[in-house]
Amino acid sequence: MDFEYAPAPESRAVVDIRPSYGLFIGGEWTDGSGGDRRKTIDPATEEPLAEFVVATAADVDRAVAAARAAHDRVWGPMPGRERAKYLYRIARIIQERSRELAVLESIDNGKPIRESRDVDLPLVAAHFFYNAGWADKLGHAGFGPDPRPLGVAAQVIPWNFPLLMLAWKIAPALACGNTVVLKPAETTPLTALAFAEICRQAELPPGVVNIVTGAGETGRALVAHDGVDKVAFTGSTDVGRQIARTVAGTRKRLTLELGGKAANIVYDDAALDQAVEGVVNGIFFNQGHVCCAGSRLLVQESIADELLGRLRTRMATLRVGDPLDKNTDVGAINSAEQLDRITALSEAGELEGAERWSPPCELPERGFWFAPTLFTGVAQSHRIAREEIFGPVLSVLTFRTPAEAVEKANNTPYGLSAGVWTEKGSRVLWTAERLRAGVVWANTFNKFDPASPFGGYKESGFGREGGRHGLEAYLDV
Amino acid sequence: MSEPTSTDPISTAPPGTGRIGVRKTYKLFIGGAFPRSESGRSYVVNDAKGRFVANASQASRKDVRDAVGAARKAFGAWSERTPYNRGQILYRVAEMLEGRRAQFVDELRAAGQAKSAASTEVDQAVDRWVWYAGWADKLGAVVGSANPVAGPFFNFSTPEPTGVVGVIAPDSPLLGLVSVVAPAIVSGNTCVVVAAEPAPLPAITLAEVLATSDLPGGVVNLLTGRRAELAPWLASHMDVDALDLAGIVSGGAELEEAAAGNLKRVIRPGSGDWSEEPGTARMTAFLETKTVWHPVGV
Amino acid sequence: MPNQVVTQTGFGCFVSEPRVGDAGGVSTETLTGARPSGAELRAFLHGLPGVDQVGADERAARLATRSIKTSAKAQAIDMAISMVDLTTLEGADTPGKVRALCAKGARPDPSDPGVPRVAAICVYPDLVGVAVEALQGTGVGVASVATAFPSGRAPMEAKLADTRAAVEAGATEIDMVIDRGAFLAGDYLTVYEQIAATKAACGAAHLKVIFETGELATYDNVRRASWLAMRAGADFIKTSTGKISPAATLPVTLVMLEAVRDFRDRTGRQVGVKPAGGIRTTKDAIKYLVLVNETAGPDWLSPAWFRLGASSVLNDLLMQRRKLATGVYSGPDHFTKD
Repeated sequence: MDFEYAPAPESRAVVDIRPSYGLFIGGEWTDGSGGDRRKTIDPATEEPLAEFVVATAADVDRAVAAARAAHDRVWGPMPGRERAKYLYRIARIIQERSRELAVLESIDNGKPIRESRDVDLPLVAAHFFYNAGWADKLGHAGFGPDPRPLGVAAQVIPWNFPLLMLAWKIAPALACGNTVVLKPAETTPLTALAFAEICRQAELPPGVVNIVTGAGETGRALVAHDGVDKVAFTGSTDVGRQIARTVAGTRKRLTLELGGKAANIVYDDAALDQAVEGVVNGIFFNQGHVCCAGSRLLVQESIADELLGRLRTRMATLRVGDPLDKNTDVGAINSAEQLDRITALSEAGELEGAERWSPPCELPERGFWFAPTLFTGVAQSHRIAREEIFGPVLSVLTFRTPAEAVEKANNTPYGLSAGVWTEKGSRVLWTAERLRAGVVWANTFNKFDPASPFGGYKESGFGREGGRHGLEAYLDV
Repeated sequence: MSEPTSTDPISTAPPGTGRIGVRKTYKLFIGGAFPRSESGRSYVVNDAKGRFVANASQASRKDVRDAVGAARKAFGAWSERTPYNRGQILYRVAEMLEGRRAQFVDELRAAGQAKSAASTEVDQAVDRWVWYAGWADKLGAVVGSANPVAGPFFNFSTPEPTGVVGVIAPDSPLLGLVSVVAPAIVSGNTCVVVAAEPAPLPAITLAEVLATSDLPGGVVNLLTGRRAELAPWLASHMDVDALDLAGIVSGGAELEEAAAGNLKRVIRPGSGDWSEEPGTARMTAFLETKTVWHPVGV
Repeated sequence: MPNQVVTQTGFGCFVSEPRVGDAGGVSTETLTGARPSGAELRAFLHGLPGVDQVGADERAARLATRSIKTSAKAQAIDMAISMVDLTTLEGADTPGKVRALCAKGARPDPSDPGVPRVAAICVYPDLVGVAVEALQGTGVGVASVATAFPSGRAPMEAKLADTRAAVEAGATEIDMVIDRGAFLAGDYLTVYEQIAATKAACGAAHLKVIFETGELATYDNVRRASWLAMRAGADFIKTSTGKISPAATLPVTLVMLEAVRDFRDRTGRQVGVKPAGGIRTTKDAIKYLVLVNETAGPDWLSPAWFRLGASSVLNDLLMQRRKLATGVYSGPDHFTKD
């Protein structure tokens, strides 16, 4: 009997999007000095949502000055236990406003409400709650008896997990006694701007958190500003390289969380049904807009047919569509630009001779959409096996032996994450030990926790976010 | 080639004995072997008073390339040694160095140090190897962690070596050198070192110590020559994972920029007092934190 | 996007790519008929892919977040009602109690003839005759637990006699319990033979095999028990007796649904699934339907292939049904307590 799920849309009424937003500097909303504004749109409908300011170098200068003043006069001298209470407050307000923020995130980003509600927002609150607890315990973190903050942190974050990336950046920075100037991505500024309001509700001292919106120019002005002591960036490896060059020769500390091309290795003794789930979750979570996505499936040749059969069956149950529908598994691609990139790389995959497959699925007429896609017969030399696609596209390669699996997995300039599936404990550890990647998910994938350090090897960047290790990025050690 | 003078502290031929001393040819140290520079070049090393001591090999960019190749080749096996084994080998280096104290004292004196200062520096260099040797099997416990995540998962973080480290050694010809090489290799990295330019000879003599300490060939590769010529090749090399700019006085920004090409981990130039206890910073700079998740279930 | 049944191509797995160390060479005939040796059976069951508990729990929990509203909810409620095996298994059961239950099952909501009847009434063997009489002409089946339910700790002859008595009294479905002791001792052949013998004793009656998954403890065991029962001839595999906690859970049912899906892919024979015990609310019931829909597929979404062993869930389904129809929340006294 066919069982069709009726539309189950989450209400948009919980969010109140203003027609336009200013910059949040020194605890106040201010106009930009340049007069240039941009629109952010709903990627599922292409409807404009709000206008925001493109901050100029002068605006950035004001924000850095506000952060400096707040650091020197208020936040730096404040005892850790008092800083902690502000962070706990913020965590609680996020929990209180969780549904509103989830809906806002889904509207601005295109991600399914199930994920923004069940993954992003709980983790956002958890990051503030976790780091709040560190604020008065830094002397116990292994960085000396009284580690000092760096000062003003310039933070530039991507569009794939807008509020979660903000939390990863702001929570440890503030816990360690730094003040911040954060620039959200130009396609997803709304939850960062909502966070500014949360700072006001928490009565966070003015200037401790400053939010400047804009695009690449604003980001460049921020990381190049002489007044910042620390630069933290999450985004593409190319931009990461530019930032590393900008920061070269200065006193600024730098941490970078960049791209990835993670291998998800499935051995022939894996728990197959869970491996299929892990593969699906690895690449189709958040439309594949995940730097640590398991975009290369390395499956042992002896079970390749069986696994791929199960994978195709499972992919056919993925529900693609309205991000606000509670039953949607795969939402909208974040922007036209990103859709173009995914489309181009997928076409390259076909041209290079890989076999392309997607389950039949009707995509909405308006908005940016890409069907879950599987490429089989992929060779290491294909672009789709080497370049980060950042979309719902999985490249499948096979291997014969564990050594070959590890060699293929490591044969990439990236080194952010990897997966391994086997029921044999010693093989899990053998493989995990040899994978040159900062996060190894064994018999699971795409798990995140504020207590768990996250970050890459090689050209996936340096520095860790989360856990005790994550504090190092914001302390003068 | 000029005759050794009677005050040459390294000469093995006392004047008037009639026996001509057998001198050492100072070469490079790459992959466990002692080749000359592929370029065929050498440069004169004088003592503090300007008298000739030796011709040191003047390494080229191709020597850098070969050394990086050797370091990469050695990385896998060295990083897979047990920490206990690496600790034993570093301790063995200390033993070998101790056994050749006099030779190093002589070389440091040739480089201009007073006898007591030279003696102290050698002592400190030996002790530094001992200090780092002991870290090999403790670092993982000190900087690793079991992470209490909110779910049915066992989650742990362990430090792992970054890979091939390019080291521009500081002018301090022995203690400074040991203080940048030991922390890089103790955790399993391999390295390519550009020795102190003004006083490169102790570095090559240290290579002889390393070569007789069960340290696998290629773990430490030592080049003598011009920093300004060699450092940019090391900084831009896409198969070098990290860079220690300890010996750089000027031009550090350009090297750091070049290092951004493959996002090397960089220790910036800094004026250090090498005689102080170093702390863990030089080790942790060249460590990656790997975090592993595994479900906990039946 | 529709949840479609994907054609069987690409499922050559078991046949064309035998897994090392398991009974990969086992033929379809062996799986569906011929009596195995103990060694073969053991090698086969232990060669099945493992089940990662955390992953299975996670998958079930995620499917439980599906939001089934409006028309889908109406469809689900009627589907669920039609799949209920309305059950009374008390020492204090009497003919009167059974007749009341039969009346309820045949016409769950006297005020609304549009409500479907339940799938079956499930009773102890000695009350089968009462139920058969009470249900004459209603289309509701009569199921009986047998084989020394719920422990199964009786001589095989007694268990078979129990079964034959129920069938002779008119039961169309037999719910047997496996010998968990034999299973946990690794004596799979004994379990197999008992199922096969019970199946033979059932004649035309359908055989549901109860694992008592709460006693099997691991999902690996649930998967093995599923394949063991299907190979031995089970028409249905069922989670629990309702007498042991935990009874049915979503992840256990997930593992069983995966097993029946894979068994059909390999042999062409479809086997039904019945979670029983602990299903009390409409929300619970709908979660199971979602699980079926997205695991085994819509082919299993009918009373012929999926049952809910329950009793109290029926009134909650009826209340929710009326709420959908009238827009007003109902109260328990507007539905019969039986």
